[in-house]
Amino acid sequence: MKATTRTRTADRGTDIRTDPEAGMTKRIEVAGLNAYYGSHKAVEDISMTMEPRSVTAFIGPSGCGKSTFIRTLNRMHELIPGASVDGSVALDGQDLYGSDIDPVAVRRTVGMVFQRPNPFPTMSIYDNVAAGLKLAGIKRKGDLDAIVERSLRGANLWTEVKDRLNKPGAGLSGGQQQRLCIARAIAVEPQVLLMDEPCSALDPISTLAIEDLIALLKERYTIVIVTHNMQQAARVSDKTAFFNLAGPGQPGKLVEIGDTETIFSAPTEESTADYIAGRFG
Amino acid sequence: MSTTTPTAPADPERKAPPAKQRTKVRLGDRIFSGAARGAGISLLVIMAAIAIFLVVKATDALSENNGSFLTDQGWDPNAAKPAFGVVTLVFGTVVSATIAMIIAVPVAVGVALFITHYAPRRIAQTLGYIVDLLAAVPSVVYGLWGYIFLAPKLLGLHSWLADYLGWIPIFDKEQAGVTARTLFTVGIVLAIMILPIIAAVTREVFLQVPRAHEEAALALGATRWEMIRVAVLPYGKPGIISASMLGLGRAVGETIAVAMVLSPSFEVSVHILDPGNNTIAANIANQFGESGDIGRGALIASGLVLFIMTLLVNGAARVVINRRKAFSGANS
Repeated sequence: MKATTRTRTADRGTDIRTDPEAGMTKRIEVAGLNAYYGSHKAVEDISMTMEPRSVTAFIGPSGCGKSTFIRTLNRMHELIPGASVDGSVALDGQDLYGSDIDPVAVRRTVGMVFQRPNPFPTMSIYDNVAAGLKLAGIKRKGDLDAIVERSLRGANLWTEVKDRLNKPGAGLSGGQQQRLCIARAIAVEPQVLLMDEPCSALDPISTLAIEDLIALLKERYTIVIVTHNMQQAARVSDKTAFFNLAGPGQPGKLVEIGDTETIFSAPTEESTADYIAGRFG
Repeated sequence: MSTTTPTAPADPERKAPPAKQRTKVRLGDRIFSGAARGAGISLLVIMAAIAIFLVVKATDALSENNGSFLTDQGWDPNAAKPAFGVVTLVFGTVVSATIAMIIAVPVAVGVALFITHYAPRRIAQTLGYIVDLLAAVPSVVYGLWGYIFLAPKLLGLHSWLADYLGWIPIFDKEQAGVTARTLFTVGIVLAIMILPIIAAVTREVFLQVPRAHEEAALALGATRWEMIRVAVLPYGKPGIISASMLGLGRAVGETIAVAMVLSPSFEVSVHILDPGNNTIAANIANQFGESGDIGRGALIASGLVLFIMTLLVNGAARVVINRRKAFSGANS
């Protein structure tokens, strides 16, 4: 009984990794979205589409609302006391802010990787990856083993940690911790993966490892990444969205979105060109 | 040799000025370090003096003891033939503290979680303030309240427990009790007493849980309770244990509240719903005034036993905390 389950899960894992069609990646359509902290409007009137199986990068100066906006895509924003959102975010046509939608379920569908690696310090490497699975009710050891291995392989971390799965996750290097967090996020098979400046706390070599990983992951997920590093946006993304704000205290706005190549070579807006050329921000 | 000789005098000369500057100690620094060292040493001296005094007095009394100190149930150190044993006292102390911990720790953790993670900010602040205030209430007040108010109210609970759970030996009632001045009531009063201190410390610990860990759990699709289970409680575990140890210290050492509430005896009885049993600290409070030299020595000996018990429990707690040190939040 147990052996059969294990094989089946392992098969399913291989399927997803070899066959892009097997992924559950989805298109995100945002319409007229505003985000607030109390009465302060942080993000104003954003409408854009993020394509499945591609990487969309958000760039822009500090305080322009990129991070706030990305956190509205998995309903993490509203967890801050006083924070609120209006407008709509649709995942393959289904509004995430619909009245019948459970935010907890949204966060299970839309995974997130944070700016600073945040593995659970009280858990082993194995338990970190299994944390989301246990929350989802997967308890059988065989299933867990298979998914943990598949997720760690998917995050390019397996060969480095396979001999010390029971050691604390906090004992890894910064770059490994961030890949552990990616493994933890993809273990629950989300449809979208949000990354909020995932490399800003990492050294160049670890950054390269994460960027390589993003290139692999986009075969299976809709990926949205916030970055302060324009070279990184140019390297990893298919589409780039430039955010800006009119002045201090003003809400951030989407200036333009387009193919990364176009945005970096011939942007429509002057402010985009100025930002990319390093004239401000 | 000849080459080193000329350089040797040159060296100190060159190095002398910085070395002098480095070792220059200001008067204020010298006074402060002297005062700090003096305070540290005097603490050790006082501790040693207390320990020597206690051990000497205790051995004096123990050498006069005609019974077995560790196994005798009676306590009669002031008789012509002194005989006293500590077993009833140890039993009562352990049982009352256990009851208190079983009730207080989960409730205190719940209060701390409510304050830190569930209550609206304004209510949380008020509640936190009240908890701090309760932690500062003197134990004699709890004793009075337990004796005058709580014990009579608990009579009903005593008979209910005896009626429905009487098949469990500890809830079996042998005396048709008209008083609730029992070890069970003592346990409840102690629980109420130590709850605020445990809640106050655990609350501080829960506030230290990094927001990043909580968000990590929430982003995985954890509900608030699951987030608490995955991120907050494991991170706070060493703190919860330390807070419980603080509470336990207060519970086992509690003197006056127990002395007021409990109707004591010197016979070990597992029936916690009956009056009887005694605790080390309460016995010291009850007997000290009317004791002769040997009687006091005997009480001091029981105090040493309490001290050793506390050391053992604290040591055990430390072992539990250190066993998973690599997995503590300190590494994040």
